Amino acid sequence: MEKYFHSVRLEKEKCSGCTNCIKRCPTEAIRVQKGKAKILKERCIDCGECIRVCPYHAKNAVTDPLSSISQFKYKIALPAPALYAQFKMINQVDKVDRVLSGLKAMGFDDVFEVAKGAEICAKAIAKELEKPGNRPVISSACPAVVRLIQVRFPELLDNVVKVDAPVEVAAKVAKEEFAKKNNVDISEIGAYFITPCPAKMTSIKSPLAKEKSDVDGAISILEVYGLLTGQLKSADARHFDGVKATAKGIGWANSGGETFAVGEKNALAVDGISNVARALEDIENDKLKDLDFFEGLACVGGCVGGPLVFESAFVAQSRVQKICDEVGFDESVEEQARAYAQSGVAATKKQMEAVDVMKLDDDRMEALRKIQKIEELVQKLPGMDCGSCGAPSCRALAEDIVRGHAQEMDCVFILKEKVRYLAEEMVDLASKDKLSEDETE
Amino acid sequence: MTMIYTRDYEIEKEDFVAAGEVSARIKNKLKQLGVAPALIRKIAIASYEAEINMIIHSYGGHMQLDIDEDSIKITCADTGPGIPDIDLAMQEGYSTASDTVREMGFGAGMGLPNMSKNSDNMHIESSPAGTTVTLKFQM
Repeated sequence: MEKYFHSVRLEKEKCSGCTNCIKRCPTEAIRVQKGKAKILKERCIDCGECIRVCPYHAKNAVTDPLSSISQFKYKIALPAPALYAQFKMINQVDKVDRVLSGLKAMGFDDVFEVAKGAEICAKAIAKELEKPGNRPVISSACPAVVRLIQVRFPELLDNVVKVDAPVEVAAKVAKEEFAKKNNVDISEIGAYFITPCPAKMTSIKSPLAKEKSDVDGAISILEVYGLLTGQLKSADARHFDGVKATAKGIGWANSGGETFAVGEKNALAVDGISNVARALEDIENDKLKDLDFFEGLACVGGCVGGPLVFESAFVAQSRVQKICDEVGFDESVEEQARAYAQSGVAATKKQMEAVDVMKLDDDRMEALRKIQKIEELVQKLPGMDCGSCGAPSCRALAEDIVRGHAQEMDCVFILKEKVRYLAEEMVDLASKDKLSEDETE
Repeated sequence: MTMIYTRDYEIEKEDFVAAGEVSARIKNKLKQLGVAPALIRKIAIASYEAEINMIIHSYGGHMQLDIDEDSIKITCADTGPGIPDIDLAMQEGYSTASDTVREMGFGAGMGLPNMSKNSDNMHIESSPAGTTVTLKFQM
């Protein structure tokens, strides 16, 4: 497996080499070199912010095509709750049933809601919160936020709850239940996440908290949107046969939904990757140590705001709310989720590791020298943070220079200065030449 | 061979807008240096508290970061008005912060105790002419 698989990619032909993405990347993972953006693999957290801000749509996310499900004899769809909010379905109270049966009509043998996985996670997290330990406990649901912690806040990794993400739990339970019910082997079943999120694709290919993901592929909501819209209208079977998630699971699509499902009152939910980074900064400074639970979601609005969705985050947010009201609560479903949580199905198996991208050198003395060099360079650079050099700021360019990835002349102002100096030298030389000619005459 | 790195930062009285910036800069330097995450956390907490203390209680001053081969020192020197009773100030929950400052979420009386708890060694010298708090951390 690649050490750094990334879902977020660049389509070079479309890139104009502007500075929109380098300025917005929360981990400073993009540089423009030779007129094209370049994503630094070890820094990228697949949050998808650059996909959203690129005016030329040169950034996209690699997900699996719908046709990939044919690799498996039995196929299960794992729809993210954000999927339900993509369709209008005005005056229809069986929205979830339609989406689920619509997915089945598209070629899946079964559908298992990620929202059901979320309910199991909620129970497992509530249990974890009863234990003493670092506070606040940080949600593990958003893979971009977990990666942000790995890259920028490694000292907070111990705070991340040791509970798997809903889609992983959903895949595991869905396969187990399907295998048992139909008496087939688990290896014959493929579980496909219908995802609003490129970071989820990444965490399937290179999981954060386990060796191998139980999810076999991720298909973007945009990929199924057209086909599924048709199914919703035509699907005769508007009833889905099986246990459905309650409002507590579906609510996870919105920011704050997880906190509500966990039932923790002393909690904070923050959405938008730059806001989450600021909140993590506060946690790092111990300003939130009285807090028990922190839910951070990279996308504005929550998963409904993912880069791979059709509908605007705000429209989707309000639809999720409506769907939750219609679906309501069900104690028997919650009881089942509690039993699953107790069985340990949601527990993570692997300790998450820090990603060392900030360190300048393995040798501390050398790193100190480099820090000094960076400071000298920052003094020398114009401090305009114009981005013309391809780095997001003058400080970032200074770092790149010291790391050996850029040079001073990449700064247009330093270059201009140098050109002016050279021009003066030439004028000077020319006049000297003239002078010596005069002398010989 | 001891290589000493020194960096001086100015802290202004009641500059709540910039509150936390110096400690954030120190923290980023330590990350670039490759200091262990657990130690960075302790230094982050202690230096943040120190910075806020200077902004709230002092007439302003300087924070100095010194790094050598195996230790980190943060010296916070202000120009007054001094801590009248250091033992009292070290008690958890004791605070002389004004109501305005408390409304901003500061002044819980945990500053000095937290600094002491998160550093390997803390030394305070104070007179009406100024207070110097020295925080030491072993790498």
